[in-house]
Formats: sequence, C-alpha cells, structure tokens
Amino acid sequence: MNRQVRRVGLFLTVMFIALFAMASSIQVLRTQTLYQDSRNVRAAYETYKTQRGSILVGQEEVVTSNPINDQYRFLRNYDSVLYSSVIGYFSVFTGSSGIERAMNSLLAGQSSAQFFEQINALLDGTPVTGAAIELSLDATIQKAAWDALGSRKGAVIAMEPDTGRIIAMVSKPGFDANLLAGHENQAVTDAYRDLLDDPESPLVNRAIGGDLYHPGSVFKLVVAAAALESGRYSTSTTFENLDSYRLPGTTTFIQNSNNSTCGDGPLVKLETALIRSCNIPFAMLAVDLGQDRIRAQAELMGFGDELAIPLTVTPSVYPQDMELSQVALTGFGQFDVRASPLQIAMSTAAIANQGVLMKPRLVDQVVASNLNVLSQPEPQVLSSPMSRETAAILTRMMVDSVEFGAATSAGISQVAVAGKTGTAENGTDEPFTLWFTGFAPAGSPEIVVTVVVEDGGGIGQNGTGNQIAAPIAKAVIQAVLAR
Amino acid sequence: MSNVSLTSAIPMLLKAVPRSRNFEAVLLFWVAGIHAFALAQIQLAVNQEMSIDLMGYWAPPTIAAWILHYVLRKHALNADGLLLPLGFLLNGLGIAMIYRLDLAEITNGSTQLFAERQVWLSCFAMLIAAAIVRLVPNPLVLRRFPFLAGAAAVVLLVLPAAPVIGRTINGATLWIGVGDLSFQPGEIAKILLAIFFAGYLVSRKGPLSEIGLRVLGMRIPSAKDLGPILLFWVASIGVLVLQRDLGTSILYFGLFLVMIYTATGRGFYVGIGMVMMVTGALVASRLFGYVAARFDSWLDPFSQENYSAVGGSYQLVQGLFGMAHGDVIGAGLGSGFPQLIPLAESDFIFAALGEELGMAGVFAILATYLLIVYRGLRISNTNTDEFSKLLAMGLSFVIGLQVFVVAGGVMGLMPLTGLTTPFLAAGGSSLLANWAIIALLLVLSDSSLRRKAA
Repeated sequence: MNRQVRRVGLFLTVMFIALFAMASSIQVLRTQTLYQDSRNVRAAYETYKTQRGSILVGQEEVVTSNPINDQYRFLRNYDSVLYSSVIGYFSVFTGSSGIERAMNSLLAGQSSAQFFEQINALLDGTPVTGAAIELSLDATIQKAAWDALGSRKGAVIAMEPDTGRIIAMVSKPGFDANLLAGHENQAVTDAYRDLLDDPESPLVNRAIGGDLYHPGSVFKLVVAAAALESGRYSTSTTFENLDSYRLPGTTTFIQNSNNSTCGDGPLVKLETALIRSCNIPFAMLAVDLGQDRIRAQAELMGFGDELAIPLTVTPSVYPQDMELSQVALTGFGQFDVRASPLQIAMSTAAIANQGVLMKPRLVDQVVASNLNVLSQPEPQVLSSPMSRETAAILTRMMVDSVEFGAATSAGISQVAVAGKTGTAENGTDEPFTLWFTGFAPAGSPEIVVTVVVEDGGGIGQNGTGNQIAAPIAKAVIQAVLAR
Repeated sequence: MSNVSLTSAIPMLLKAVPRSRNFEAVLLFWVAGIHAFALAQIQLAVNQEMSIDLMGYWAPPTIAAWILHYVLRKHALNADGLLLPLGFLLNGLGIAMIYRLDLAEITNGSTQLFAERQVWLSCFAMLIAAAIVRLVPNPLVLRRFPFLAGAAAVVLLVLPAAPVIGRTINGATLWIGVGDLSFQPGEIAKILLAIFFAGYLVSRKGPLSEIGLRVLGMRIPSAKDLGPILLFWVASIGVLVLQRDLGTSILYFGLFLVMIYTATGRGFYVGIGMVMMVTGALVASRLFGYVAARFDSWLDPFSQENYSAVGGSYQLVQGLFGMAHGDVIGAGLGSGFPQLIPLAESDFIFAALGEELGMAGVFAILATYLLIVYRGLRISNTNTDEFSKLLAMGLSFVIGLQVFVVAGGVMGLMPLTGLTTPFLAAGGSSLLANWAIIALLLVLSDSSLRRKAA
C-alpha cells in the first residue's frame, strides 16, 4: 500500500507544481497586462495613497493635500480661486487639468526623478510623498491682475521678458477647484457637469488655450517686425494715405478705425501707421510683403508651436495659401489669424528683450519631500526673431503709441510705457475682442503685460482696446513697478 | 542517493523532522510571533498606529493552540510535531487578512465584520481538535462504524437541499442555516466519508482487487466490483445537481477514487474514474446553466460579456488584478486593495493574500499546505494498520485536493467552485473540519509510532 501512497504524493506534488506555475504566471509574467487593464482601478487608487505634493506661490502653499479618514486618504484643498486657471484641478472622478495634470507624476511622487525616494520608501517604510511645485507666479501681481480684470471675461498675462518667468496669469471666469476635489462621486460629477455646461467656459484657461482670439491690431507688431527685418522698409517708408481701400481682386472696401485717412497728407509713414494703428497702410504692407514673409516672422515668434510651459499652449495660427485680399486682412490681424494671449505676450517680450525670445514658464522649482531640488529650470532662449535694431525701433514706436497714439490709456507718469492696442472684429454683429500688449519701463523692461477682454468688455462694438484693455494693463504694470 | 526516485525521496526528506513536543513548542512560539508581526504591520499600514486591539486577534488563538499543544503532551506525546504549527500558521494568517479586510470595511463605513467571529471560531475549532485527541486515543475505534459514518455523511450532504434549513449562497446550495447561524455540512461530510471509505475498503479490499476479465490486455473488474464506483459516481453527479457545485463533487469523487486506488493498487479505478468525472462535468456544463456560466467565465474571463454578467467573471478578474498587483514580493500587508475583490474574506482570501504578500507569500502558503499533505502521507506510510493508513492518506489527500480546487479556481486554472480555502477562509464549518482532520492525523501519527515502538 505504501507504493500507492507515494504515488498519490507524487500526484499531489504535480498538482501543486501547477499551482506554483499559475501563480508565477499571474504575478510575474502577466502583471503589466493585468495592471493596465482599464477595468483595474488599482493603478488609480495607488496614486491616492501618496500624499500629493503642494503647490506654492512665493513661499505660500496655495494647494495642499490634507489627511482625511476615507479610502482616498487625502483631500486636496485649493486656497484661492485666483490661481484656478493655472493650477487647474485634480479630481478622483473627473480627471485633472492645469499644473495638476501637467506635473502629475511629480506631484504624485511617481516620476523617475523620485526613483530613489521610492526605493527608500520601500526599505524604511516612510511613505512617498509627492514633490512640491513652486510656481513663478507672484501673489501680489496675480491679485492685481485679477482685480483689474474685474468682472470681465478675458485673460491677463504678466511675464518677465529677460527670463520668460510668468508672474501673473489670470483667466476669467475662474472656478472653485474644491468643488471637483471632493470625494462624493455624485456631487463632484454634478459640479463638473455644471462647469462644462456653463456658457462662460470657466474650465478653459483663456490665456493659453480655448478657441484663441483674432489678434486684431496687436498683430501689427508682427507685420511691422517682418517689414523691418526684410530690410526693404524703415519707419519712414511711406504708403498712400487713403480713407478707403479696395481689397485686391475683390469689390470689398476696408476703412481705418476712424473711418478716415491716417493723419493728414497724401502719404503716411509706417511709423505713423503703427502709432495710430491704421489698418489701410498695414493691409497694403501685408500685400507688399507677402504671406510667406509674415508667416516666417510669426513662426519665429512662436506661431504654430505647441509649447509646454508646462501647461500645453494651443498653437497660434497664421493661415496658409491665402488670396491677396485675405493677406491684406491679416496685415491688421483679421481674417483667420488666431492667437493666444500668451503668443501675443511672447511677441511683445521678444521686442522688450532686444529681439531675443525667452521660453515662457510657470515653474520656478520642484522640491522633493526630502527637500532635494528635483528641477530648477534655467532661463532658456526660444528664438531670436528680430535684430536688436528692429526691437529698438518697435519699442520707440510703441512708446510713442502710448504717449500720443492709439494706446494712451496705458500711460503712467514718469515711466516710459511701450504698448500696442487691438480692437479685433469677430463678425458683423459680434462684440469686439479688446487687446493691449506692452511693457515697462521701455528703457530696461521689467515686465511684459498682455490683456485680452472678450465680448467687447460688455459694451459690444462700442469699446476699444485703449478704452478697456489698456487701463487693466496699466494697473498691473503699476503693481509690478511698486514692488 | 542516485537511485532514489522522486516518490521515495519525498518521505525521506521529511524523515529528519523531529517529532518531539518540544520542537512543536518552539515552532508555536515562532508562528505566534509571525502572527503578531502580521497584525502589527496591518495596523500600522492601515491606521498608521498600533492599538491594543491587536491582542484580541492574537491572544485567543495562540492560547487555544497552546491548549492543543498541552493536550498532545498529555495524551499523544509522540504525535507529529509539524501539523499543529503549520495549521496554526495558516489559521492566524487568515485571521490577520480578515482583520485587514475589516479595517478597510470600517473605513468605507461598512459594519459587516468577520475577524472577531473568526478568532472565536478558530479557538472553538482548535479546542474541538484537542477534544478529539483526548477522546479518540486509538483511531481504530473509528473503524467500528463505517456504515454509520457513511450514512451520516449522506445525510449531511443532502441536508442543504432540504426545505426550510437549506440555503443557497452565490448559486451554490452548500449551506444549512437557522437564523444567523449557518453551517456547511459538506465540510464535515468529507471526514465521515474518509472514515467510511477506509473502513469499507479495508474489508472489501480482496474482491475489489481481484482480476476480472481481460479485454485488450486490460483487466476489467467484474460488474459486482464496478458497482460501488458507479454508485458513487452517480452520487457525485447527484451532489453536483443538488448543490450546484462542481468543487464539492470533484472533492468527494476524487477522495473516493484515490482511496479505492490506494486500497486495491488498481490504476484502472483512477483511469476510468477520471474519465467519468470529466464526462460528467462536461455533460453537466451542457445541461445546467449555472455550471455552464462557470465554465464560460473560466474559459474567457476577460471578455466584457462574461465580466459584466451577473455571476460572471467579475470576481475572478478582480482577484487576478489583485494578485498581479502583488507582483513578486506583494504590496505589503495593509497596503494593497484586496477589499476590491468580492468575498475577499472567504472564497477569495487566497487572492487577497496573493495581493498583499505577493508571489513569495503565495509560494509560502502553498508550500505550507504541501508540507501538511506530506506529513499526512508520511503518517499513512509509517502506520502498519491498513485502516489507519487509508484514513491518513484520505484525510491528507482531501486537504491537498481542496487547496488545488480552490487556488486553481481563483487563479483561473479550473472553473471556480464553492469550496473553502482550508484554515484561511472566514467560516466556522471549514475551520472545524480542517482542525478535526489535523486532530485525526495527530492521533494517527501517535498510534503509528506507538505501534512501532512496541
């Protein structure tokens, strides 16, 4: 009988070997496939277990994750609506946006930069916590920009031209990210639905994305830069001073915004056309320069680039394969030219920084939970879209524009402010998009400020960039200079 | 050593283990330490702090194990020294995992807790084991009433299908219950069946192994001898139909086949029996919807259709997700998400442990079971009395087969069944039955030694 017992033992051994093999297969060979199955919520839950890193503005934590006694362990808390468009939200149920999304792996403690921390955590049991992100935003300037924009829809950007650091980025309306950070599925889903359905689109960061805007007259800076860089034009190059211009190959006529000529006399200088922001000379200039040259200049300034600052910036557009009549319209930023406020700020910053465009960025440094600095971006040159001379000439014209031209509302006594307004049309009965972009002090620029106000600032086709956008920029510039 | 085959090497390997009670005591200390460590790790991982609650889950089973140890010292001094510590190791590990799942449930606001109950059921089961050791000094008394045991087993098997007290849980009719109390009589029935088979086969050994007709070089027993196997096959299929559970059916029929093979030495029984079992299972999977659904889920667990079907592969797939998350070394006790697996505290405790202890833990647990089985087979080998030999073999085989069916089901090696994971899963009947098996094996090992010494 012992022979049979031994055989039964062998039989059982074989059965157990099958179990060992099956366990090895599941827990070694198939782990990746099983872990990545969309029905496996463990990957998502894993991220909730670590305390997500804080987000700081200045030395102050504006977003924190605080321990709470439920399955998600930590509740994300957003201190202020001021930063909602930049920081975005992090939700257990509805995804994430903004910095929370762009820097998720660092905040969650799962980036490769945190590898040694993860190993340590495994060895000594201290839980991994996410890295803290220090934004380049300045709380005072952010507040000034937020307040200056008031109840209008639009965006404000303040950027240091020599470093690319963005010290204020406001998009209105904002939203309360705490509504989406909660742990009650129904409440969060409802809040998210409401925000999505809101016609004011509060979840869109207008400063860098969304539908983009017609730049209108602020695009004249790009066209003027292209003209000066071509070597065929100077500030005193003249154009026929018309009060009405027939678009080439069409029977459509366009006017200057004052429905008259650009100043007195039969001829108008390029200089005057920019300072007074006249459309007809720029339409003629665009036709003369040609779309390829303008596009090349625009692309040097960042059009068509998908930047990560680290938020993803929607590429601005200068259209392809246009008729001459359409090229004429792009001379003053109409037709299908579309730009983000950040793109306009970048064009302006290139002028302010003597022709050198710095890469815009929102993050100063990333600090691991053990206080190791994981990254500390250095100022980085993005391109050199124009010569120092061209930049100087454009600067002088923009200063004149604020002193006695089309952008007078941005003027500050004792300070040379360089600026350019825009009042972009969006269709026959649509309200205007109002722009201001500029920098100060013109001699040694500290700050570039770009303002866009949607829906004509609430007064349809009656408002102008100078009337509504320029004072907002002025308030921000004053706040910077008062620091 | 070169001429030692694998089959003979297994018992040899285990011969070196001392049988003394002192060795057992040292192991019990060690195992109790493992339990304390596991509970502490769970508290720290889930609550970030330790609390005195730990003692409530650690001390009572430890005391019960020591009582069993004491009774062995008094009444079965020479019994096997590994069985108690191994069973206790698994039992405590099960309590720790159930406690860990309770903590997750508390966080989620649920009040359906199992750990405290499991602690007292474990104590009860170990004390019953002590009583068996005390009251059954000579296993041969069990031989006297084979038909009584057999009849009792049949009654227990049929009981869940009886009106009023019978209960169907998760599609399987394996329980009887009154009010809040429920019991799985099949667990006890497997012991009674082993006793019955052992007694019956020892007396019928001769006729069953006689040479019958020779057909194509194979020996076919006479119709008279085929009678019992056919009868029991029908009974097993009956269990499958009545209780709607493939696992129980496989367990009883497998036990029967292995015991009749051991008694007669005729491989024929195993061969034809397995063919009959597989045929029966396949036919049943065609005829009965509940068996067919289990087969579908097993064959293609990841298809969305099976995954989202009621009673489909959701649980199986969640268990696989959990085990995969455990990887080689596991998420760590208290650091995984075993609470996501339905019935993680009972049917799927193997997957829950696989998630938190990883492949290393799964191997350790399987090795522990295998060690218990090997010790049981060794007890069978060293016994000189045929009834004791058969009984020890049957009891150890039933543990091994049950682990195979349960773990195989959880890991997708075979269709899921309603069997419990011995010593680990929450549930009193299972604990009671498996500790009773340990007690009987202990008694058998003691008598085997005594007879040798004499």
